[in-house]
Amino acid sequence: MRGFAKGAGIVLAGVMALGLGAPLAAQPIEDTLIVNEELEMTTRIPAPEYMAEIFDEVISGWHFRTGETRDMQRDDFDNPGMLFAEQGRDAWNTVEGDAGHSCASCHEGPESLAGYWTQNPRIGGDSNGELWAAEQYINNCRETRMEAEPWGWDSNQMKNMTALIASQSRGMPMNITTDGEYAEHWELGKEIYYTRYGQMQLACANCHEENNGQMIRADHLSQGHINGFPTYRLRTAGLVSRHNRFRGCIRDTRGVPYGIGSPEFVALELYLASRGNGLSVEGPAVRN
Amino acid sequence: MKASQKILSLVAGMFALGGTALHAEPVHPDEVVYEDWLVTESLSGEPGDAERGYEVYTSRSQGNCIACHSITALLEDVQWHGTVGPSLDGVGARWEEADLRGIVANAKNLYPDTIMPAFYKSSGFIRPGQRFTMQPAEEPLEPILSAQQIEDVVAYLLTLTEYPE
Repeated sequence: MRGFAKGAGIVLAGVMALGLGAPLAAQPIEDTLIVNEELEMTTRIPAPEYMAEIFDEVISGWHFRTGETRDMQRDDFDNPGMLFAEQGRDAWNTVEGDAGHSCASCHEGPESLAGYWTQNPRIGGDSNGELWAAEQYINNCRETRMEAEPWGWDSNQMKNMTALIASQSRGMPMNITTDGEYAEHWELGKEIYYTRYGQMQLACANCHEENNGQMIRADHLSQGHINGFPTYRLRTAGLVSRHNRFRGCIRDTRGVPYGIGSPEFVALELYLASRGNGLSVEGPAVRN
Repeated sequence: MKASQKILSLVAGMFALGGTALHAEPVHPDEVVYEDWLVTESLSGEPGDAERGYEVYTSRSQGNCIACHSITALLEDVQWHGTVGPSLDGVGARWEEADLRGIVANAKNLYPDTIMPAFYKSSGFIRPGQRFTMQPAEEPLEPILSAQQIEDVVAYLLTLTEYPE
């Protein structure tokens, strides 16, 4: 009966703690995100069917941040991420490479890519049946159409460009395909999501599925959606790519991450993006 | 040679000389005897020191237990206690030393699905790295806490016998 008695002790202690002013989990904050006083974002929705056993509601990381951080995302003049998107716009219009093209030569304005980010990563014409993230499509364009040097996945040029492209889809619902030719990638991403990596034996799910809403020291654990990437991070005062964040999380398990741009991380990106299907694209969002 | 290996060599040397060892040899993480989840013997062969255990508990570079657990009496000294794990108010009154040692060493023996890392475990990891460097590590790894740090933090937890009023 030892185990039973101990278990009862824990329950009792938990009940006592509730009434005694001990730190309590902070709930996601009730608030509404309207950007530039006109673009209303969907930041909470009922969970998609394949998530129904996991969450009742899918909630943007915006609700887990402080008022000061949330406010920065309400207006593009207060959102430092938009400065980088504007630098991406300059690059969009700049001719580079031997073919004498800029992005604008073929795509005209970046608004022509409105909606693209809702289905990133995707299997498209250029990818020859592979699952590619936006960074791969951008570099494919640079190399084969512009005949220019590719950008590093995590370079500032690339993040500026992905911020510009993501921002063209702001307010549109994430709409990742999970079946058909996507199924095997989605399954791989899911497997990675639930694998406990590193000496600390932590899976994405341990923090962001089982413990979202709880505090790790002063950090409020969110559901870990990626609709706000590339994200302006206050901690580093710069844009952070999705894969950079994945790498940081696995590093923090005392583990060895997959490479930035690896098929494993693209698959994880697909799976994570699908968990937030229906949330508005927020990139570039502001987070701590 | 790592510090722990030096100690081991030193201890082995003492035995070889036929002298009486002043310090017992720590139990290797792979050789800890768990009875269910209990570990009855000191991992270091030495008693724990609760003051040092407080440092292990609160220090980010040691146990960093405070990242996930809260202790009401500690809130005056250190802000921002985590809520991922249960409050440890009264933990020393509801668990015995062997329970606490076993749970800190490897909580998964008692709670298989817990998020709590095993603090005295060397092998059986997926893609283990050398601390936070992202470089691959060969098992067996140095455990997250040393045998003595485990003893010290257990000694500290055993002092937490009061529930706040």
